[in-house]
Amino acid sequence: MKPESPRGGRPWAANGPAAGLAVRGLRFHGRGPFSFHLTPGSCVGLTGPSGVGKSLLLRALADLDPHEGEVILDGRSSAVFTGPRWRQQVGYLPPVSQWWHDTVAAHFPGGAVPLLASSGLPADIGRRPVNRLSTGERQRLALLRLLGNQPRVLLLDEPTANLDRENVLRMETLILEELHRRQAAALWVSHDLSLLARVADRRFAFCDNGLQETPAGEAGTA
Amino acid sequence: MISLSHSDLLMAFGLVGLLALCTWRLRLGLAGQLVIAALRTAAQLFLVGFALKALFAHVSLLWVGLAATVMLLAAGREVVSRQKRRFTGGWAFGVGALSMATSSFAVTILATTVVIGIDPWYHPQYLIPLLGMLLGNTMTGIALSLDRLTQTAWEQRDVIEARLALGQEWSAAISGVLRESIRSGMIPIINSMAVAGLVSLPGMMTGQIIAGSPPGEAVKYQILIMFLIAGGTGMGVLAAVGLGAKRLFDRRVRFRPDRLKTS
Repeated sequence: MKPESPRGGRPWAANGPAAGLAVRGLRFHGRGPFSFHLTPGSCVGLTGPSGVGKSLLLRALADLDPHEGEVILDGRSSAVFTGPRWRQQVGYLPPVSQWWHDTVAAHFPGGAVPLLASSGLPADIGRRPVNRLSTGERQRLALLRLLGNQPRVLLLDEPTANLDRENVLRMETLILEELHRRQAAALWVSHDLSLLARVADRRFAFCDNGLQETPAGEAGTA
Repeated sequence: MISLSHSDLLMAFGLVGLLALCTWRLRLGLAGQLVIAALRTAAQLFLVGFALKALFAHVSLLWVGLAATVMLLAAGREVVSRQKRRFTGGWAFGVGALSMATSSFAVTILATTVVIGIDPWYHPQYLIPLLGMLLGNTMTGIALSLDRLTQTAWEQRDVIEARLALGQEWSAAISGVLRESIRSGMIPIINSMAVAGLVSLPGMMTGQIIAGSPPGEAVKYQILIMFLIAGGTGMGVLAAVGLGAKRLFDRRVRFRPDRLKTS
């Protein structure tokens, strides 16, 4: 079964100075201001000690928490989107997946799990009850559920934390292929520096008043 | 109708006293509450009796409106006090009172003008008892459903936020909670309609029969009241849960559990 075929270029995927996610003077919960830019097709890694506010940054970007400053997607400010429309484009993957229907398929539009073949999950997983899945299976399915929205920006909060090494690598490949195929951008939070070295084009460390770029190849503190 | 003397009431109060004694011996810590509640019943009802006597003597829209307002404020306060997690600011009172006012007042006025056809429509002999029964039942339904809404939304905040993060609208993100709260507010009236006459003889009908009305007339009034209560409670619950759920989200459709506080 080949559930997805590559889509052609999208008009807003065209490169330009405004393409991607531009963040200007973002402040939330007494942190910031943060200003940075995620270019289409790129993956930016984010490290920092627990509790420093990495998840809060992702939540503010997805407009799930009140914040100040401007977030601009492909030249359009988040203010011109409704909250739900914005979140369809700027998809946030929480560290713990949540499920509210009995079966897996009920959580997917039309009941079809996208990208199932490349995820390594069993083909009949849609029919299974959610409470019989392992934590790792739920985590992978939550990622596929988010990718099903075809977001322009992925905000990933430890997306492979509960997986074995084989599946960690498999999901990394799947995410990177999606980013390149659809020219989407990703902000990837992880404590694992070797993981970020594999997936991220650039790497930032989270400090109280902004992000600090860590040069590639240098093992920073995390 | 046989008139009750004060000593008759005192004998009935003896029953409550006996119960208080039992609970005191069992160390349930209820005796004081029980006696105070019983005394409150007596005092409040005697006062209402005087108020109704005065209201009936002067049929005036102003006085009837004033009485209705007092009843509504009391019911609104009661709804607030029955919620474990309530909205901050004036919303705890506002959501309950507004939905009770619209549903109970609309249904009562509909009954006195169109259904029963009283002249004038605000005649207190009909309007006040009808409004009282409607407010009482609507209050119970709204209190139950709002309590369930705020409590369940709080418990399921991670699910609600996960659904928002997937780009769902607020109504979809909270749909499971919404259904549960509406159900819990409407189940009591559905149940009491289902068992009316079989298990319980409803209070109003009992009262009319004791007062000497023919059972056939009393039954018709009771059926009318049941339907009015069902309509009033149902509409009130829908309004309260809708308003309350909307209040849990802000203009950017973010979930705002910080608009709730524990009592």
